Amino acid sequence: MARLNVNGVVREVDAEADTPLLWVLREQVGLTGTKYGCGIAQCGACTVHIDGAAVRACSMPLSAVGPGQKIVTIEGLAPGADHPVQKAWAELDVPQCGFCQPGMIMASAALLAQNPRPSEEQIRAEITNICRCGTYNRVLAGIKLAAERGQSG
Amino acid sequence: MRSDREISRPSRRAVLAGAGLFSLGFHIPGLAPARAATPEAAAAVPEINAWVVVKPDETVVIRIARSEMGQGTLTGLAQLVAEELDCDWARVTTEYPSPGQNLARKRIWGDYSTGGSRGIRESHEYVRKGGAAARTTLVAAAAKGWGVPAGECRTERGVITHGPSGRKTTYGAVAAEAATIEPPKEVVLKDPKDWTLAGKPLKRLDTLPKLDGSQVYGIDLTLPGLLNAAIRDCPVTGGSVKSFDAAAVSGMPGVKRVLQLGDSAVVVVADTFWRAKTALDALPVVWDEGPNGKVSSETIAATLREGLDAGEAFVGNKSGDVAGALKGAAKVVEAVYGVPFQNHATMEPMNATALWTAERCEVWAPTQNGEAALAATAEASGLPATACEVHKIHLGGGFGRRGATHDWLRQAVQIAKEMPGTPVKLIWTREEDMIHGRYHPVTQCRLRAALDQDGNLTGLHMRISGQSILASVAPQRMVEGRDPVTFQGLNPGGPEAAIGYTIPNILIDHAMRNPHILPGFWRGVNLNPNAIYLECFMDELAHAAGQDPLAFRLKLMGNHPKHRAVLQAVADKIGWDSKPPEGVHRGLCQTMGFGSYVAGAAEVSVSEAGELKIHRIVAATDPGHAVNPQQIDAQVAGSFVYGLSAALYGACTVKDGRIEQTNFDSYPVMRMDAMPVVETILMPSGGFWGGVGEPTIAVAAPAVLNAVFAATGKRVRHLPLKDADLRRA
Repeated sequence: MARLNVNGVVREVDAEADTPLLWVLREQVGLTGTKYGCGIAQCGACTVHIDGAAVRACSMPLSAVGPGQKIVTIEGLAPGADHPVQKAWAELDVPQCGFCQPGMIMASAALLAQNPRPSEEQIRAEITNICRCGTYNRVLAGIKLAAERGQSG
Repeated sequence: MRSDREISRPSRRAVLAGAGLFSLGFHIPGLAPARAATPEAAAAVPEINAWVVVKPDETVVIRIARSEMGQGTLTGLAQLVAEELDCDWARVTTEYPSPGQNLARKRIWGDYSTGGSRGIRESHEYVRKGGAAARTTLVAAAAKGWGVPAGECRTERGVITHGPSGRKTTYGAVAAEAATIEPPKEVVLKDPKDWTLAGKPLKRLDTLPKLDGSQVYGIDLTLPGLLNAAIRDCPVTGGSVKSFDAAAVSGMPGVKRVLQLGDSAVVVVADTFWRAKTALDALPVVWDEGPNGKVSSETIAATLREGLDAGEAFVGNKSGDVAGALKGAAKVVEAVYGVPFQNHATMEPMNATALWTAERCEVWAPTQNGEAALAATAEASGLPATACEVHKIHLGGGFGRRGATHDWLRQAVQIAKEMPGTPVKLIWTREEDMIHGRYHPVTQCRLRAALDQDGNLTGLHMRISGQSILASVAPQRMVEGRDPVTFQGLNPGGPEAAIGYTIPNILIDHAMRNPHILPGFWRGVNLNPNAIYLECFMDELAHAAGQDPLAFRLKLMGNHPKHRAVLQAVADKIGWDSKPPEGVHRGLCQTMGFGSYVAGAAEVSVSEAGELKIHRIVAATDPGHAVNPQQIDAQVAGSFVYGLSAALYGACTVKDGRIEQTNFDSYPVMRMDAMPVVETILMPSGGFWGGVGEPTIAVAAPAVLNAVFAATGKRVRHLPLKDADLRRA
């Protein structure tokens, strides 16, 4: 049994130590907003925050996450889904199929937490998540909008 | 756990989720009643007709038969119904009638197939009539209650008003009565110029659950007692399992079953997917690779090259005397192009969940075609279709992979059949998804053109050699051995995919050469290579004739005003007649497919070291009628990501009979760092209905390739571009 702090709740999970955090979240904790896309940290669909930093959970074994570390998933990003990134996404109708968007939103939120007014160049360099529907330009606009709102609000 | 979350957030969505098993995306569709004859909303409130349910709280439930996979058809179709219904858009929600219900009701919802950009263009009329008929019966119910002629009543946003008396009522108040009234046989549809909902850039109906993780995709599904399965099919298509050692892994954590599926696959079923996959990775398997174990990209290319010169070929477009034109030409230009296999690489890997008993089989699947999924379920389960049901779950991307073959769904049913009474969810790993795709077909094309002394194009022979999708996926749609889809965008005429040039002597033919790698409909289908072949070669011809590529094309387009209009529009917007910024070069192209006219123009630069940068894209679309401009804008921008991912990076190559690329590290796709600005020109000319999900993909590559030539003088004829050396000579 391992102990995890997920979205502010401490949970006991029953999984082998080498199980990726992604599958612990999806299959033990029951939070399926964090997605499986590649399993090799290429696509970013599994992005969560660990102590505020964006982490690709598919390549993070359970054994590497300490009980004191704070894991935040898309379900726990903000009460009422009102994080500036989520609000910007809603305003710009960013998602198409939406499968990559939890990861895209978590990566974007972590970027803005670290750098509240990123340049376009920085956004393009930092957000490396894959979207096959091709929402990149709206993602870019969404991050810019969230950054503006974050600044004024 | 999810239900806890829903209860803790009593949003509008959660309320809807509680209202019906079939509401979209807000809950886990449970074990549906075994003989449900109507969607859940209708069980509580009688439907007005097959398309519309109005609840007492004024919620309008619009039924959508096509599948939403990101392309926005859910919202667009709802707009069309709501337009004719005159309901309050803020009260609109949607649900999928199940394929089993469609079967039971004699296909009242028509075709479920969601591909070929057909969702809206092939159902707009009957869904609008459904909305109009529902409005008529709601008015009739109100008029009956008031004892007044229906003709004296008008409707607006779900409110019915009796003009002379000023009395008002609502759709919700008269819905129960309306449900008892015989619907009208004929209805008059609005003139599109009077639309107030359709044609407007409304927000999507399905965005909010995609922002907080609550949207349920097939891969997220859970059911009571659910087990998970991982599969490994023989990496060489046509091969089989020689032996495997189940005992080696059957004691691993969580493992419930280790089994062979059919001739060619092994499966581990476990309590969780991760445990199933872990055991499968450890499972010793010996394969018999069968007859295809020696096939490689090189042997396939050699077969296709032979086809370029073969004496026999299926004719797709022929007029005049090409041989004579070539013989009498002042100048003959010739080139050979080729495109590789591509994987759909949907973000959500293939998956399906099945529950089988001797009496009944239920499937939960992210499918592009509910009816085909039901047929596949019946076939794989050994049960009649009437004893089967498919619950459509939201798709994490489709792009053609999830509609035609349902190979992944059949596997899930076959596994569930081994474990009667236990629901089993099969998930493919990304690796399984990459090596068992239904690939964009591989083709080559030789083009030969005749130019006269003035540089006029007098003859063109296009010989396509390579794979047919229909021969593999839908042989019943072949026409006397010919695959008509092969000629997409090159047809002599018609409303679907006609060539945009008049060339006095023309021959376009196809030497079919089918390798063992299985093809499928890949977003944009054959329009993609055909536009590359024709539009890059047109650029070559213009240069060979010493003419401007736009002017050269326009001379041939006098009889093709819609093709010409989109091409002229991108040329104007990108500033074709003006000098581009220093170091920036332009290319353009046009095509027609899926009933729409599209054109693209690109601005690129190429560094001394050969690095390509795409600065700007302009794209024009004439889809006839535009139902949601902001969604069309999203589809057009996204089409460049899909099309350029393939053109710049994408290639599934074959070695020892198997696909070599196994994940996004070896099959790279476009990311945000490479994404250009896309400026969309939407120019609906009315009078026809074209699709928008696919056609623009076809202009992505040729626009950029032609700009690359302008920048470097190098003509890239074999994709992907990453394999080409663009350094200055």
